Amino acid sequence: MYAIVGTVPDPSFPLTAAPVTMRDNQLKCGDMAINVNRGTPALIAASLKVGEVLNLEAPIAFLAGDTGIGKGSRELYAFLESELGSFGLSILCFHYLQPDVDWHFRILESIRSSGSSPVLIADAGFMYAAKMSGDAEEYDLFTPDVGELAFLADEKAPHPFYTRGFILHEENKVPELITRAYQFRNAAKHLLVKGETDRIVCQGAIIDCIDSPKTEALEAIGGTGDTVTGIVTALITSGIPVDQAAGLACRVNRLAGYYAQPDPATQIADIVDQIPKALEETLGKE
Amino acid sequence: MRFPIKTKSSNWNSAEGRKLSFLKRFKESLVRSTGLSNKKRVFRDRAILIFNNTSEVIRAESVLKAKGWQLKVMGPPPEIQSGCDLVIEIPLIEKLNILRVLEESNNLPLDTAPVSSTLLKPVDIYQIKDFGDYLMVRAANMKLTIDKRTKVIVNISGGGCPDVPYLAGEMVGRHLDESPTPRDIGHTLCGYALQLAYEEMRRKCTP
Repeated sequence: MYAIVGTVPDPSFPLTAAPVTMRDNQLKCGDMAINVNRGTPALIAASLKVGEVLNLEAPIAFLAGDTGIGKGSRELYAFLESELGSFGLSILCFHYLQPDVDWHFRILESIRSSGSSPVLIADAGFMYAAKMSGDAEEYDLFTPDVGELAFLADEKAPHPFYTRGFILHEENKVPELITRAYQFRNAAKHLLVKGETDRIVCQGAIIDCIDSPKTEALEAIGGTGDTVTGIVTALITSGIPVDQAAGLACRVNRLAGYYAQPDPATQIADIVDQIPKALEETLGKE
Repeated sequence: MRFPIKTKSSNWNSAEGRKLSFLKRFKESLVRSTGLSNKKRVFRDRAILIFNNTSEVIRAESVLKAKGWQLKVMGPPPEIQSGCDLVIEIPLIEKLNILRVLEESNNLPLDTAPVSSTLLKPVDIYQIKDFGDYLMVRAANMKLTIDKRTKVIVNISGGGCPDVPYLAGEMVGRHLDESPTPRDIGHTLCGYALQLAYEEMRRKCTP
């Protein structure tokens, strides 16, 4: 069973831990309905679309309402610290949560003490906290974009906002940044680096590069990073090894983006709709 | 003149308590690293205002800038970093005036401390991308895109803090001049970066 941990941008959304399903482009988690939009809802929707094709069991979603104040994230952290071990999860994906080093440590301790060794995936705010805590190597997969990779590579940066030498979109620096992230032990075992060229990294070595199809408008569309993290999480759940699942997820995400025929005003739900078609085509090729 | 002005001292919730323990360690490390007592360190010329969270920093910065202070918002020293922080760097000589203004606006910091080392400077490089009918501005890890024909915000992407989806929900579909600003409704470093992108976009769109 896999689980997705994140937040919903609604302060009235209660702490919820339940299987999540999707109907008519709306997520249902417990009694709560959630619109598919950027952030954790987009990640969940993408993973469910993969699950439709691969007949996966619905994931458990651990969600709380948080608009950036951090209250919902802290309530969720406290719940996870005491309850996570009882769910028997094999894969855990952490996403939009208020970065908090202290709470990150407590969650990781809770996982360690449960005696289980789930596949750990982190993106967004929780990835920031994982790097800041010095425990990045405990994770199986991080999914940074190039800017976040620069943050991982900067051993002193507490957030991508402060990354020294942050050179915008210098894609040719990516291999150097990857080396540096591993040198300072601030990378997970695998990286899925999202960029003009997506790169899959295993223990510091670039093992796959994906650069087509190229759809320029995707860069402006909020949620395209969330969807690739959702896709790879579901693919790993299906039994595909992390390194192969990461490359496959990038290909599917790019193809879904291409099929949506987007312009910079396109919203992420239109791309999510194309994931099953893109996955079937990509699996057919491979 | 009301003197002295104290910083917050009661009713800490758990997050504040943790921040305060960071502060205690920070002050202890300052004494260790400099060998100076707190009394002697007041002669340094810069200080930082430390707040419980980024939203408080953003509010305090707005108040102080409106009063004419040219302040720097910076990254905190490692001893008090918790993952999503900003501090305000001030001239130490202006500390009392600044604290008074913050007290009057109910924005007192948790504490103040002298600057002991180089503070992290926020990313200040912008990237502009022209998509024809659309224009995208990137500041740090945040991107904001408008329709050039209507000046309507059509997309917001990047970032990893929980206010990003909230800000996008509130801003996308709104005219650049009528949208709520991240400064007013954002709470995190990603929100702050989006504010920089928003301000740069407004500069680009000003004839």
